[in-house]
Amino acid sequence: MRIGGEGLIDRGARLDFTFDGHGYQGVKGDTLASALLANGIRLMGRSFKYHRPRGPLTADSAEPNALVTLGRGPGQDPNARATTVELHDGLEARSQNRWPGLDFDLLSVNDALAPFLGAGFYYKTFMWPRAFWEKVYEPAIRRAAGLGAISRVHDPDRYEKAFAHCDLLVIGAGPAGLMAALTAARAGAEVILADEDTHPGGRLNAETLEVDGRPGRDWAAAVAAELSEMDNVRLMTRTAVVGAYDQGTFGALERLAPDIAARRGAPRECFWRIAARRAVLAAGALERPVAFQNNDRPGVMLAGAVRAYVNRWRVAPGRNVAVFGNNDGAHRTAADLMAAGVHVSALIDSRPGATTDLDLPFFPGATVTDAHGRKGLEAISVATTSGIDKLQAECLAVSGGWNPAVHLTCHMNGRPAWREDIAAFVPRDGAVPGLRAAGACAGTFSTRACLEDGIAAAREALEEMGRTAPGTSAPRAEDGAYAITPLWTVPGKARAWLDFQNDVTVKDVKQAARENFRSVEHMKRYTTQGMATDQGKNSNTGALAVLADATGRAIPETGTTTFRPPYNPVAIGALGAGAQGMGFAPRRLTTSHAASVDRGAEMLEVGLWYRPSHFPARGETHWRQSTDREVTMVREAVGIADVSTLGKIDVQGPDAARFLDFVYANTFSTLKVGRVRYGIMLREDGHVMDDGTTARLGETHFLTTTTTAAAGEVMRHFEFVHQCLCPDWDVRFISVTEQWAQFAVAGPKSRDLLDDLLDTPLDDAAWPFMACGPVGLGGVQARLFRISFSGEHAYELAVPARYGDSLFRELARRAEALGGGPYGMEALNVLRIEKGFITHAEIHGRTTAFDIGMDRMVSRKKDCIGQAAAERPGLREDGREQLVGLKPVGAVKMLTAGAHLFNETDPADRDHDQGYITSTGFSPTFGHFLALGFLKNGRARHGEVVRMVDHLRGVTAYCEVQDPVVFDPKGDRVRD
Amino acid sequence: MRITCPICGARDRREFTVKGAALALERPARDAGDVAWDDYLHNRDNPAGRSAELWYHETGCAAWIVVVRDTVTHEVFETRLADGDTEAGS
Repeated sequence: MRIGGEGLIDRGARLDFTFDGHGYQGVKGDTLASALLANGIRLMGRSFKYHRPRGPLTADSAEPNALVTLGRGPGQDPNARATTVELHDGLEARSQNRWPGLDFDLLSVNDALAPFLGAGFYYKTFMWPRAFWEKVYEPAIRRAAGLGAISRVHDPDRYEKAFAHCDLLVIGAGPAGLMAALTAARAGAEVILADEDTHPGGRLNAETLEVDGRPGRDWAAAVAAELSEMDNVRLMTRTAVVGAYDQGTFGALERLAPDIAARRGAPRECFWRIAARRAVLAAGALERPVAFQNNDRPGVMLAGAVRAYVNRWRVAPGRNVAVFGNNDGAHRTAADLMAAGVHVSALIDSRPGATTDLDLPFFPGATVTDAHGRKGLEAISVATTSGIDKLQAECLAVSGGWNPAVHLTCHMNGRPAWREDIAAFVPRDGAVPGLRAAGACAGTFSTRACLEDGIAAAREALEEMGRTAPGTSAPRAEDGAYAITPLWTVPGKARAWLDFQNDVTVKDVKQAARENFRSVEHMKRYTTQGMATDQGKNSNTGALAVLADATGRAIPETGTTTFRPPYNPVAIGALGAGAQGMGFAPRRLTTSHAASVDRGAEMLEVGLWYRPSHFPARGETHWRQSTDREVTMVREAVGIADVSTLGKIDVQGPDAARFLDFVYANTFSTLKVGRVRYGIMLREDGHVMDDGTTARLGETHFLTTTTTAAAGEVMRHFEFVHQCLCPDWDVRFISVTEQWAQFAVAGPKSRDLLDDLLDTPLDDAAWPFMACGPVGLGGVQARLFRISFSGEHAYELAVPARYGDSLFRELARRAEALGGGPYGMEALNVLRIEKGFITHAEIHGRTTAFDIGMDRMVSRKKDCIGQAAAERPGLREDGREQLVGLKPVGAVKMLTAGAHLFNETDPADRDHDQGYITSTGFSPTFGHFLALGFLKNGRARHGEVVRMVDHLRGVTAYCEVQDPVVFDPKGDRVRD
Repeated sequence: MRITCPICGARDRREFTVKGAALALERPARDAGDVAWDDYLHNRDNPAGRSAELWYHETGCAAWIVVVRDTVTHEVFETRLADGDTEAGS
């Protein structure tokens, strides 16, 4: 219930929200957890395995219990921690992992079965019959256990990603972080200060401590205000730094404030990648519970969380509160509660010599042994020297001490060190290069020492960066010693919880040790301790202490498990922000894209490019109809295709020819100016890398084309060869793929079309097959290449890209007037299969020049990339699979790419494999399917019948091996 | 991870493409024989520790860079422009 006094809430701003369908009211500044507690609701969830009733344990992001689902429908967000959910008007939250309701949950029967459900239960029980695991046991277990559910439909919420750079990243805006940021900012450094909370201040917001003579939260607000006024500071609240990565890179998740996230089109969250020259980790410490019987009852909370609910949110977590601890923090909790007017029924301090000035029932040297009340704490049992007392309490504030938040220092494989005096792990220096821990996360617990530590860490970082830090002194603050006597567990017969979220008890860890899972990593996996969404923030050290005790070792000997990113759960939607749908990859569109779409073309993805598959004509209902028509059109009239996606590399310089001779297997230095030559390029290991034509535009000027798929790879290769293997050669190259729009004009009427279009008609003698040169086109200087990928008399016409759209429309119109038109990738593919031209379906990385029948193109007169390896006997011997053409000769007429080839009577298995099919298409020219493929010793087997078996699609066909070139084998048409 | 390009400065790893061991710079002569070519093409150390690799600044200046780094800690000791006469794995 809400109590009086000042906190970080605005009592005037009332907010309506619902939990499990019931309406409640909270105020601005509340979290969902504080608002529910203010409404007297302690029961917020059910546990993972035993379906135990649970309430919040913490008031921060470490929360293991109070997990809820926010919203409804496609955008519902499961497993939100009620302790960090900012309350806003209209918030809709539901509890999880219960049926039919939170109050009455049928699967709480699991709790009664607990004796059978301990560690390793699943491993031992569901072993037989084996087939049952996948079909019966696992689905049933998954239904019974678990947390929130995703909606299983597309998430409509928007996420963003962003990048930031700074000199100093300060992680956490508590006393240490604020002072570190202030020190660095005053020295002029670019500073990012990130904190997961809505308000900077860290623990100061939850305590009554004073800094510089005023309430700590006021001091924090003043420092934050000063920082946010400075141009060199970016103050990021609601931003959890979740991972530390190489070279000062950090990942951070920013939640947008609910009012901003609610705006139309606004993202919910933004994932930041921050590159920092130095970093200060001021992440604070996480309080740990003590394990005693039934310590998971709703109402049992960490003492620091109770102080936060009382001081920050002005919420009493119960009408009467008992406090139990092994350190002075418990006393502070009792004092704060009393000051706020909350009845404290007892202060139980496990340290025998403890004393107090507080006027309350005090039990030094005592422990809490049990908690009572099924759906909410009603009473506790306290063991004193005189026996067991049962005391009434609706809330028990527990403190087992504090664990420095070392997590980020372990993300790069660092291991923390054990400090006996504070009974906790602290970071090792240098665990993350450039990062220093300061304040509570470094094991420094007094406010004053944290402030000083923050200054010192910033000064060291500044000095390393060559900056002088101005003299900053720490303000006055509490400087008490941290006195703790470790207490991990209180003995008892019933279950005592370590890991609340995964329902791991002291008994489970002891059982793991008994069954010889003595390594902490084995114990973790056997019991699942620390493997829930909270990553064991509250339970790792406690579990380790129990394991150490059970195995007779000290804690540092026992070790720790590995902390990995992210520190807090991060939605995949945030990590992948912007990459949904069309954002998955960049889209490259040709200049003819709009015109093609206008014509109803279906677009295919080709790498990042979009190319037309076919251009449906009136009445065509199937792509094959369009494709057959387009192929025939090219063979009989003229077709237009956009070929701009092929890589174009402009190569210039006195050594340009020499360079091309080196990167290509064949020779280009002998090519005449104004001529084009086909070339193949090998990888250094002797396999074919790419192919394409190269035009010699001038004595020292070449234009080389690559396949669409390998354009980037070839450019990378060119750069490598030049920079690393022949840096002295005077040659330069640049990609001009996007600067030129290039169109194939192919077919017997292509010359007619161009004669009419170009400024001067083509002179046959000057434009033989494989000629190239400049042409005028309506005053635009264009390039014309008489090359053919269709086997027809054909040209490729290139213009600067800005003319691409109008040229394509003009070419298509003129082609149509001649009985032709545009053609797409499908027709282009059929045309080239009829001619036996290869693509990357054939030069797929495992084929050699020998395999594709181009061994003679590999010049032996010069060195070239891949030449030495290509000479090796294994790469050019007759047993290899060689390129062949295939046509169906049996009853089944369809050939499929990917199918394998077998001798006619051999079984169709791997041992009898003779080869495979790489490309197929229906040839309207021949009236049947054609295929290209590789067949063992294939060149010597033309005329032979082989069996094609496509195991995947279930197709078997008999086909005849033939030459890959079936259309116009002599090449008369291209020269005509 | 961040790599310092000798031309562009420190950049995010996403701007680069890795090729593998910097051994690729030591191309044998055409007639160096099978053993030398096998070593060049296929045989690679797999060090847990210091290694020299070739990275390409693909979305930056298109330079090939030798990155000497630790494969365990990911510390980058040195980056330099790749050229023909680099000692790999220095």
